Amino acid sequence: MTGKQKKMLIRILASAVLLAAGLLLPAAEGIRSALIIAAYAVVGWDVVWKAVRNILRGQVFDENFLMAVATIGAFCLREFPEAAEVMLFYQIGELFQSYAVGRSRRSITELMDIRPDSANIERDGLLEQVDPEEVAVGDIIVVKAGEKIPLDGVVVEGNSSVNTAALTGESLPREVSAGSEVISGCINQSGLLRIQVQKGFEESTVSKILELVETSSSKKAHAEHFITKFARYYTPAVVIGAALLAMVPPLLLGESWSVWVQRALTFLVISCPCALVISIPLSFFGGIGGASRHGILVKGGNYLEALARTETVVFDKTGTLTRGTFQVTAVHPEEYSREDLLELAALAEQFSDHPISRSLRGAYGKELDPSRVSGVKEISGHGICAQIDGREVCAGNGKLMDQAGASWHPCHRTGTTVHLAVDGRYEGHIVISDEIKPDAAEAIASLKRQGVRKTVMLTGDSKRVGESTAAALGIDEAHTELLPDGKVEQVERLLGQKASPKGQLVFVGDGINDAPVLSRADIGIAMGGLGSDAAIEAADIVLMDDQPSRLALAIRISKQTLRIVKQNIAFSLGVKGLVLLLGAMGLASMQAAIFADVGVMVLAVLNASRTLRVGKN
Amino acid sequence: MKKRLNLTDLDCANCAAKMEAAIKKIPGVQDASVSFMTQKMTVDAEDGRFDEIMQEIIRVCRKIEPDCRIQY
Repeated sequence: MTGKQKKMLIRILASAVLLAAGLLLPAAEGIRSALIIAAYAVVGWDVVWKAVRNILRGQVFDENFLMAVATIGAFCLREFPEAAEVMLFYQIGELFQSYAVGRSRRSITELMDIRPDSANIERDGLLEQVDPEEVAVGDIIVVKAGEKIPLDGVVVEGNSSVNTAALTGESLPREVSAGSEVISGCINQSGLLRIQVQKGFEESTVSKILELVETSSSKKAHAEHFITKFARYYTPAVVIGAALLAMVPPLLLGESWSVWVQRALTFLVISCPCALVISIPLSFFGGIGGASRHGILVKGGNYLEALARTETVVFDKTGTLTRGTFQVTAVHPEEYSREDLLELAALAEQFSDHPISRSLRGAYGKELDPSRVSGVKEISGHGICAQIDGREVCAGNGKLMDQAGASWHPCHRTGTTVHLAVDGRYEGHIVISDEIKPDAAEAIASLKRQGVRKTVMLTGDSKRVGESTAAALGIDEAHTELLPDGKVEQVERLLGQKASPKGQLVFVGDGINDAPVLSRADIGIAMGGLGSDAAIEAADIVLMDDQPSRLALAIRISKQTLRIVKQNIAFSLGVKGLVLLLGAMGLASMQAAIFADVGVMVLAVLNASRTLRVGKN
Repeated sequence: MKKRLNLTDLDCANCAAKMEAAIKKIPGVQDASVSFMTQKMTVDAEDGRFDEIMQEIIRVCRKIEPDCRIQY
């Protein structure tokens, strides 16, 4: 609790004691009334003071004014206990609200506690601790075990595992060694790392993310706009209602003034829209905070709200559904063992830097002996021929096999095929293709379960590869061999085909080359945003790690948040409406009204703070 | 120019909404947002008159919520 809140708590307790004494002590009427007035003064003087001050400044329908009028009205009707109780409850509610909101705010800030405090920079062999903002690009910084990496850079020395959980929600640590790129905000878990800084602090991932999270509350959801607008009319309407209620029945029907004035005061007590005004933004704030814990950065409440109505999801293929790196996916030898065939291919390709050669070496995985290979000839557009252990080995496409005089056959698997011939004899082939991410099929299935009507895949890749990927994943529609502007066209066509006007079209890409599509879609989602500025900038939502299944989680978080928002709107409006009705009929006292009002607010705030935990089962 | 400012003692959510509406009405302000949750204000206003506009914003906010201080 802050000092201000503690002071308020003491005032509330003192007032409660005075009030209890005033109500229960067997003393003279005058003394008891004095005690109750004291209780009111202790807890409510600032409300009355603010009301007076605000009226002088031209602010009429302000909650302080309403509370002051209601309670002073009660005093005039000689309802002393009522006035004191209403003020007491009101202040308890205010205190609770300020405490609860402060706590949610704090837990979200803690959640996003990725800001590094200092950087260790090496100068003349001595370590010096400096502000990360003072470190320049190219400087070498030292990150000890347990410290946060303060700036983006490349490891020049040291091995360690880094924990990216604060950024991506992924708990598995990542191994890094010399040459690895590291991102600010990760925690160095084991060894000492020397890192060459590549980006200044302002440009670092950490600063970008913090900026994004901090500005996210400025893009408000429809529900938030609705509530602000509602609040603007609600209070004046209730006050006018109260005025009519106080005057019309006594004037027209000759009813008792005191009865109707009292009913009108009940109206004033519940005229503050606090519960709604506070719980709706709190819900979205909590939902955005909860999502960021899972490595899902949402740039505004509006996007979080729209995500729940996702109807069509359009995926980019490479880098989004597939890894975007080439991997050996099949080895089909004729007579050799799989291992031997792979070894031959890796040996033949060991001096080449082509991505295919790299993946062959990667798949073989063992140390290669360069002395076994001689006379390497790279035949452009065909492949490689080399002498390995005295035999003539050719590795390449069908044309190379024809040249070598080997009788080869094509493979049924999709991807790039590397055929091998040894001394003119065909020995089989190896298929290299882009690998589908392990959670991609599950991601599509869970999107369907979430009620997404259509999933579409767009790719620049060939028809055969694209369609087989789409079929393997259970995607409804695939469009292949597209150029970047073709992707925009497809998205525009799909936007026109939406089944309901409120349905949303989501585009998910890896943020490379798809900025135009990201901005054209209703909601653009960039995946694997770590380190990619373009993605963070162009997208509305950034998935920090590269798992497509996070999208389904994001939609679930969005739906949970909206459910809580709707519950709060319905519940608060329902109770307020009911109390207004009962108050007008004389069935609800002022105490009941304030109790309902504060109660609704407490429950709505508690309900809203559940959003902080959304996405956790 | 866009600027983000910290607010202290912004105690009521409704006031934040009122402040936002009032700031948006100030001539020269392109966009403004007052977040009760983050206790921050974002103002996008004309470059040349930014300081002048800021003074007006402070004046308007003091009228609505005298306890709230804008750290400018």
